[in-house]
Amino acid sequence: MTKPLLQVRNLTTRFGHGLGSVTAVNNVSFDVNAGETVAIVGESGSGKSITALSILRLVPEPPGKIVGGEILFDGLDLTKLPEEEMRAIRGNRIAMIFQEPMTSLNPSLTIGLQIAEPINLHMKMPWQKAYDKAKQLLDRVRMPDAKSRLSSHPHQFSGGMRQRIMIAMALACQPKLIIADEPTTALDVTVQAQILELLKELTRETGSSLILITHDLGVVARYADRVCVMYGGKIIETASAHDLYARPLHPYTRGLMASIPRLDQPPGVRLVPIKGQPPNLAQLPPGCSFNPRCGEVIDRCRRDVPELMHADEKHLHACWTSPHV
Amino acid sequence: MAEITTDTGVGVRPALARKPSAFLEFFSRLFREKPLGAIGAVVCLIFLFAGIFADLLAPYGFNLIMPINRMKPPSLQFWFGTDNLGRDIFSRILYGARLSVIIGLSAALLATVLSILLGITTGYLGGRFDMIVQRFVDAWMSFPDIVILIVVVSVVGPGMPQVIVVLGCLYGIAGSRIIRSAVISVREQSYIHAAQSIGGTTPRILWYHVLPNVMPPVIVLFTTRVGAVILAEAALSFLGLGVPPPAPTWGGMLTGSARNYMYLAPWMALAPGICLTLVVFSINMFGDALRDLLDPRMRGHR
Repeated sequence: MTKPLLQVRNLTTRFGHGLGSVTAVNNVSFDVNAGETVAIVGESGSGKSITALSILRLVPEPPGKIVGGEILFDGLDLTKLPEEEMRAIRGNRIAMIFQEPMTSLNPSLTIGLQIAEPINLHMKMPWQKAYDKAKQLLDRVRMPDAKSRLSSHPHQFSGGMRQRIMIAMALACQPKLIIADEPTTALDVTVQAQILELLKELTRETGSSLILITHDLGVVARYADRVCVMYGGKIIETASAHDLYARPLHPYTRGLMASIPRLDQPPGVRLVPIKGQPPNLAQLPPGCSFNPRCGEVIDRCRRDVPELMHADEKHLHACWTSPHV
Repeated sequence: MAEITTDTGVGVRPALARKPSAFLEFFSRLFREKPLGAIGAVVCLIFLFAGIFADLLAPYGFNLIMPINRMKPPSLQFWFGTDNLGRDIFSRILYGARLSVIIGLSAALLATVLSILLGITTGYLGGRFDMIVQRFVDAWMSFPDIVILIVVVSVVGPGMPQVIVVLGCLYGIAGSRIIRSAVISVREQSYIHAAQSIGGTTPRILWYHVLPNVMPPVIVLFTTRVGAVILAEAALSFLGLGVPPPAPTWGGMLTGSARNYMYLAPWMALAPGICLTLVVFSINMFGDALRDLLDPRMRGHR
């Protein structure tokens, strides 16, 4: 088997220092193979966005800082790269799509200019040629009447259209890896499906890998090859999407699954919420950080921190109660 | 292809390099949507024109003393009357427009450029750099304007270039605060994060992404500064530290001997006063209209 495109090893990102410090990403490791779609799932504050920002080294510093681990991308350790070389990678070999298409485009500039900017920047292409390329990109994300749209401003587009523009920008330099941070959270459900289909199709065409950050398990089931479930800054379970749905091992994953409605459920069956609040990252409970909310808690959960363990070759989990311990 | 016809090499903003008709289109929109701003623009143009062609337009020389015509009220011969030395006020207003326009525009331009440079860098970079630079700005702003003006001009001596540089620095440093605060709010927008995520260098992000989004306060800052500079020059002339006589400046005409003869010959103060008010008001109106028209979000709104 070939080497993965991206290997994240023991990544730890911390905000602040001393007593008030918060470890937003704690000892996270995962791989992304070429052409693969990996979903990172978790509730708000579970560290999924910070993981993404850490890969691009865009965590605001101070207060944030990557304090440990390594991020191997194509043989380069991104955590040790000087800022200048990092800039040459951002938008060129790793592109990012942000959560809010309504505010992620510069309101004062035409969209043609904004799509052409990474092309001009990384491929050193003159503006005129970059504009032609931008038109092709708009065609590829199925923007109707792409040519005349180049000179429009962002406020003239709907949310879904803007996200298409963001995708066109991300694809501009044919990156090997695209990180999409909740790309559809701000959109209507029907538009969500269109955007994700488009993203999936385009990454398949170009052979790019995709890291899809979301809190929507429905999205994950449909579009991801592999899934990492994050809780309290840690990955608590990772498996192929199929395996995770068939055989969730961590009680948190099971809780997430039980809390979404299913079409094959008989009517009148109540959804089971996960009780309690997401953990305060500044004061994580001892042992497993999920233990105060867990229905299957045993003594060991309050004492020892579980690390990722193999259930089988591809399915890892961090729970003491699982039969595979 | 038709969108950009002019050369658009790196460093030129294609958004600004539009078709030539964009210029005409802008003016037609100005007249249709912002009549007050259009009037302001016309008044400014008239004064600009008057200043440039003062030599041709003025019926008398600006320093032609006619002792028999001292303090004559406005008449057909002397449109705005004459002053205490018997000089034609209308001619002096025309020549004064030249000085006031040059001083007003160049000092305001210098001030705005300085404000942008200081405001954008401190606002965007933040941190220790912002801390240090802004403490100097604090120190600078804690002196009353007029004290700095008097000290600097009395060291370097009165004269137009000195007045421009001093006024430009004075207002430029104070104005950097306004730009800085606008930049701080722009800095946190996600399109700036997006610009960072495509790998732009800091100067590039400042030029392409921050500057266009702080243009509204920049335009307002510039137009208010033009008025302020003309008034400050008047104050300096009154103290004898502005452009030295006999060169006619509106400030000098307004505050010099006009004060002593206010009851005998009110027109001496009236003419430069009205012109000053008119120009400052017109520039502000034009600036407001400009800000609204240049904001792409306002297109199509009335």
